[in-house]
Amino acid sequence: MSEMVLLGDEAVALGAVHAGLTAAYAYPGTPSTEILEYLVRHQQQHGGPRAQWCANEKTAYEAALGVSFAGRRTMVAMKHVGLNVAADPFMNSALLAINGGLVVAVADDPGMHSSQNEQDTRYFADFARVICFEPASHQEAYEMTREAFDVSERFTIPVVVRLVTRLAHSRGIVTVRDARPENPRHKTADKMTWILLPANARRQWRSLLDRQPDIRRYTAASPYNTVTANDSRGLGVITTGLARNYFFENLEDLPTPPAHLHVGAYPFPADAIRTFVGGLTRVLVLEEGYPFVERALRGIVPPAVAILGRESGEVPEDGELNPDLVRAALGLPVRAGVSLEGLHLPGRPPQLCAGCPHGDSFQSILSVLASFTDAIVTSDIGCYTLGALPPYNAIETCVCMGASVGMAKGASDAGFHPVVAVIGDSTFLHSGVTPLLDAVASDTPMTLLILDNKTVAMTGGQPTIRRSSDLEGVVRGLGVAPDHLHVLEAHPRRMAENTEILRREVNHRGLSVIIAVRECIETVKRGKQEKTAASA
Amino acid sequence: MKCDIILSGVGGQGVLSVSAIIASSAMQEGLAVKQSEVHGMSQRGGAVLANLRISDKPIASDLIPRGTAALILSMEPVESLRYLEYLAADGTVITATNPVTNIDDYPPIESILDQVRRLPHAIMIDAEKLARQAGSARATNMVMVGAAAHLLPVPFATIEHFVRTLFAPKGERVVDINVKALHAGRSAAAAS
Repeated sequence: MSEMVLLGDEAVALGAVHAGLTAAYAYPGTPSTEILEYLVRHQQQHGGPRAQWCANEKTAYEAALGVSFAGRRTMVAMKHVGLNVAADPFMNSALLAINGGLVVAVADDPGMHSSQNEQDTRYFADFARVICFEPASHQEAYEMTREAFDVSERFTIPVVVRLVTRLAHSRGIVTVRDARPENPRHKTADKMTWILLPANARRQWRSLLDRQPDIRRYTAASPYNTVTANDSRGLGVITTGLARNYFFENLEDLPTPPAHLHVGAYPFPADAIRTFVGGLTRVLVLEEGYPFVERALRGIVPPAVAILGRESGEVPEDGELNPDLVRAALGLPVRAGVSLEGLHLPGRPPQLCAGCPHGDSFQSILSVLASFTDAIVTSDIGCYTLGALPPYNAIETCVCMGASVGMAKGASDAGFHPVVAVIGDSTFLHSGVTPLLDAVASDTPMTLLILDNKTVAMTGGQPTIRRSSDLEGVVRGLGVAPDHLHVLEAHPRRMAENTEILRREVNHRGLSVIIAVRECIETVKRGKQEKTAASA
Repeated sequence: MKCDIILSGVGGQGVLSVSAIIASSAMQEGLAVKQSEVHGMSQRGGAVLANLRISDKPIASDLIPRGTAALILSMEPVESLRYLEYLAADGTVITATNPVTNIDDYPPIESILDQVRRLPHAIMIDAEKLARQAGSARATNMVMVGAAAHLLPVPFATIEHFVRTLFAPKGERVVDINVKALHAGRSAAAAS
């Protein structure tokens, strides 16, 4: 046994290694990125297990399925919205007879620190009828991940570990245990449990439903679901995941400690909850994310018990929890901080770095489109989304990975010209290739501008899945006309000629693609530092 | 004993390094630590906030409740005033006086420093100047660690040890600059 200081993400990663992980896959996404980053470093230092960035969350999930089919333990990591991309393999894999343990580590982002929504992954786990662990501490993140592999093999289902930003990105101490060896290769014995033809799928779905009582018995007995009676006859508190910490933070200020039930493993223990609320007059539900337990409770709890939470207004319906919101929900006065009368501070939103190549591209776009009144500029997920803010105000949409390309096609079909789609190199390879095929198929009058900064910049500079020099070949291979495919250097000294090319292609009444290349200044800086350090 | 610290600044100013050094030092001293960081979009030149909690008892929440922080340690003067609601009535604000003016509506710096002076316990440090004197403006954040050292529940020598550890991979010269910056910050806070 030894102690380590880890991010919540890293505790999950190390838990997987110590559970006998053979291979892990991911696409970067805040706040989940550091799971695979840790495993990549671990592989570099120890030679394994295999840790690989993938084109997107769906391809990552499918690679993990292959590992499981071969009998070995595997993990796939993503942010909450990444699970939307991987939803197809995820939902279907619940019907497979999972062979090597398959753990799906998903980091939700309540409060949307770095995301476009705050969807709650517990719904997805429930939707798929699989087990979900929700750690409240770094130690639990480590332990639950280890256990998730065991129960994945025991119940032959994928198992979800749900993190939230404040655990993923907080550091704490983890006591680690001895590692379990990897599974030997042992291919799935009955391939009919992996061929989801309708006849097989019906059998597998029935089998998954038949396993539910056992699954519920397992989580009902889990030490992560706890009840502290506290002999309270009035208020009871149900917490899930991190909300327990905020409850504990305020506990000593309460005149009498309420009865407390905590949920860390789902399906949540319905019988225990029924018993728990018996005799209470009010039950306050504190959970990070959507009112998942609170809603379910309305079907479990007798009407005489008042259910308080996000839906009833005791806790805000949206946004992330914190100790002060929980304090108010518990009826305690929120402490005032220091205030200076008349103080007015300017906001400081994030912005593109000084010298960022995207800035040059946005300037070209603005100067070309200035002469049009009907232009539409769609965009996507990445640093360049900051082109929505001053001084550029250059883009008009940001929805989901790759949407800029398909939306540009739709806007063009709807009669607008010119239409420009702006997407980064990694986002393009993640989900922009297939919509570009649609545009190629009908030679849609639109211009796709791929901002190639040779890295996944927003999440901290992970490698793009293909080298920058391969990008042109990928686009050409899709069938984009060579006359209307350009590779430019996104540099201020080339501004005039780049703008002219963009102007020409914007006026072209067909599909054109411009790849504007210059490495992210952050990765350039880091590369230089690494070289200096290596030579020192 | 508990010591809750709000760390603030602008993305790229090294707020996370400050947090890492203080947290490592506290753990070395056998204290419980929780350290909540900001990753992702806000690191791109935006306002950055980190929560660092140190205690001799187990810590429940990763986030600091309002009105309880002993210290706001800021790399930038406007940012030193952004999170006052978290500061305890007897808490201290320690801030670098050097503005990061990457926004159009940045107020006149004197008006901001005047606001800081209105606080009951405030220490202002010309951190950039001290860092340059130590050898590099990039050591500004270590000046600020030094300036806060007298309020941290850890011995100065432990902090210095972790400054050396953090910068060791970057070579002896960088270590020297940052240790010098740390000491300069401590002296400046003592003199203020």
